[in-house]
Amino acid sequence: MVGVSAYGVHIPIWRLRRELIGGGPGERAVAGKDEDSLTMAVAAALNCVDDVDKSSIDGIFFASTTSPFHEKSVSATIAAVLDARRDVLTADFSGSLRAGTTALKVALDMVKAGSAEKILVTAADCRLAGPGTPFEQNFGDGAAALLVERDAKIADIEFSVHVYDEIYDLWRRDVDLFVNSWEDRYVYTCGYMRVVKEAFSMLMDKTGLNVKDLAKVALSIPELRRGIELARGLGLDPKTQLQDPLMDTVGNTGTAQPLMLFAAALEGAKPGDKILMASYGSGSDAFLFKVKNGLKTPIYGKSKVASKIANKKVLPDYVTYLKWRKLVKMPEPRVDMSVSYPSATAIWRETNRIYPLHGVKCKACGTIQYPPQRVCTKCQSKDNFEEVRLCDKKGTLFSYSFDPVRENTPVGLVNLEGGGRVFLDLTDVEAGELKIDMPVRLTFRRVDLRREDGMYVYFWKATPIRD
Amino acid sequence: MPGVKDKVAIIGMGCTRFTEHWDKSVNDLIVEACYEAFEDANIEPKDIQAAWFSTARSGELGRSLAYPLKLKFIPITRVENRCASGHNAFIDACYAVACGAFDIVLVCGAEKLKDTGLPIPGNSDPADLYTSRVDTRFMPVSAFAQLALRYFHRYNIPVDEGRRILSKIAVKNHYNGSLNPKAQFQRKITIEDALNAPIIAWPLGLYDCCGVSDGAAAAIIVRADLAKNYRDDYVLVKGVGMSTGFYQAQVQDDWSLTHIEENFRAANMAYAEAGVKNPRKELDLAVVHDCFTIHELLIYEDFGFSPRGKAKEDVEAGAFELKGELPVNTDGGLKSFGHPIGASGLRMMYEVYKQLQGKAGQRQVNIRNQLGLTHTCGGTPIDSQTAAVAILGLR
Repeated sequence: MVGVSAYGVHIPIWRLRRELIGGGPGERAVAGKDEDSLTMAVAAALNCVDDVDKSSIDGIFFASTTSPFHEKSVSATIAAVLDARRDVLTADFSGSLRAGTTALKVALDMVKAGSAEKILVTAADCRLAGPGTPFEQNFGDGAAALLVERDAKIADIEFSVHVYDEIYDLWRRDVDLFVNSWEDRYVYTCGYMRVVKEAFSMLMDKTGLNVKDLAKVALSIPELRRGIELARGLGLDPKTQLQDPLMDTVGNTGTAQPLMLFAAALEGAKPGDKILMASYGSGSDAFLFKVKNGLKTPIYGKSKVASKIANKKVLPDYVTYLKWRKLVKMPEPRVDMSVSYPSATAIWRETNRIYPLHGVKCKACGTIQYPPQRVCTKCQSKDNFEEVRLCDKKGTLFSYSFDPVRENTPVGLVNLEGGGRVFLDLTDVEAGELKIDMPVRLTFRRVDLRREDGMYVYFWKATPIRD
Repeated sequence: MPGVKDKVAIIGMGCTRFTEHWDKSVNDLIVEACYEAFEDANIEPKDIQAAWFSTARSGELGRSLAYPLKLKFIPITRVENRCASGHNAFIDACYAVACGAFDIVLVCGAEKLKDTGLPIPGNSDPADLYTSRVDTRFMPVSAFAQLALRYFHRYNIPVDEGRRILSKIAVKNHYNGSLNPKAQFQRKITIEDALNAPIIAWPLGLYDCCGVSDGAAAAIIVRADLAKNYRDDYVLVKGVGMSTGFYQAQVQDDWSLTHIEENFRAANMAYAEAGVKNPRKELDLAVVHDCFTIHELLIYEDFGFSPRGKAKEDVEAGAFELKGELPVNTDGGLKSFGHPIGASGLRMMYEVYKQLQGKAGQRQVNIRNQLGLTHTCGGTPIDSQTAAVAILGLR
């Protein structure tokens, strides 16, 4: 049956304690200064299809309300990183926080219709709220990915319903940096709770299920208290049936939230469990999944969601967050070190060595080298190479230092397992943690350019292996 | 192999003070250095038949030298090989004189860094090679810091111990600079000053890094058989060497990062030509590229002054101090004399030239074998470099 065969999540390592931003319990996830919705979606995608043959994927979707580009496809970038086939259908979904589940619906129906075997659905958000507002406390940054497949390996789709709703509850215009909203009792009663309940009830009616039949319900939850109030209103036992919305640890990850909570629900599921997922945003999408009979648990060697929640670093202060999101303007260095703008033609020409980090392996002497060469660095054979994908390789930190003109950004030479050396920025790491020969892996991040010229460029960085 | 040994002589040199010349342009610096050289050689600018001009950033084309000096319609080559530019220009000029193309030529290196900081393409911007700009940017200090950590790791030197050894090199070079009125920093420092200074890129601190400065230096060179027409104490070129890497340290995953092959090759090329078998015994002094203290430490080993992994013992013993067995960086080195990129190679030759002539004042070393080595090296050890060596002598 059609359903979900794999899932992946990305929760940034950084946390902001809510007591630093006006109170509230716990902490929220914060994208690193070199992360955005594109990089987080890439991370979730790689986490999802780590052991899937990339050439078997027929579609790649990206959903977000915070794509770094209004015009330029992030799903195409993800496809490039994955070394996906050229004929893969890529599509970006946006417009509301429902975009993640809408992408999922399209994927499920395409596979059902037979136009694709496997579609990777990714969703990521990194939403900005006015400093000091409740939204800022409740939002969290993160991404999730689901692999939809004709012969599902984890959970089959049983039914879904879709409700649209025209409402000004939350919105962000083309000129807005922060999410706007109307008065919150109106927002929750006339919007969120009314509409999700409508979709939920529609699904229960059409499937003839009883609320008691649901093992877990993964709900979009903008704010913990309202989520629990909604769950009670749906007749659910919030303690046993409601999937922990991760509000104390991650926050509301927008388009990614229902998919991430569904992944979390799958991690605790038993074969045969029925799991309902419902999103919210200008309407609601509700899905009923049934966990495969005979599914071996744990699905992966270790929990993907719990390990990413546990793997964290707490921001020292709120100013760091504001700087990372560029909400405070820092003074520019007086002397610009003659840094030039990125070249679009060079990026295009070098797509393979940038996005999937292809190096080359010399067919004569076997030396793996990065970046790709025309003449072998060892045996000087000319044009006698095969391209090799390096971005999935683990490695060790051969040596390291810091760049004093970039706030002491750590940098280092990374030796990759199986061969190859790459000089990279190091990320999500503090100076004191670095050691010669420590194990690292690679992660796709936005390059912090001093001069952007209207472009964001992306590349790999190395980070310690922590789990 | 035919070379330049004893075929080329230096008959005049000039060097400005290297410092923050807020009140001087690069043209002022060129005029000062070149006119000192003209006067030293007792020649007129119009005697110059060809010229080589070395600068990393403070000029373009040969006209950057012709304009301030009013050299009129002679061949002038502008040379850029980053920190090795000065040696590169000098060596090319030697080849031109040795082959008989010219009798008397000028080599000048000049750099004006303090108007704009250090805007060297490549140094801060390796993505010049990769215009996509995605690649890691780094300052040279970050590269030499990685070299230091890997070297310490290889020889089981605790990092704190390594830092203390490096600080002794800084202390030595500051002491030498304190005796030199043309040095940028003429102040002695202590080991504690060095160890307690701000970290620039761990494990390298402020005193592990050379000064960034403005300055110019120049040499007049002639065919050796003509040299005695100008002066008796002319200085001969005994041997030159140059070696360029090919990004081997970054592209080859087994590159050790515990020595600098380009330095080793350039020195051995020059030793072969000069007939130097035991540099530690035969050289009277060496003025080498101590852009960072770790570089000087590794030069001791790559140049055969110390056995591999043993440079620290020689540092502890004071072997390379002014009164040591082989004085290194007698003029203060890049560390305290300063480093206007394109001028540094010729500044090193200026020191050896003066030392060989016995005119180094308080810094004068004992000239036994009448041989001195100079060396610059551009690039960084985590990708590749151009190293250049010139050995000068009296005999």
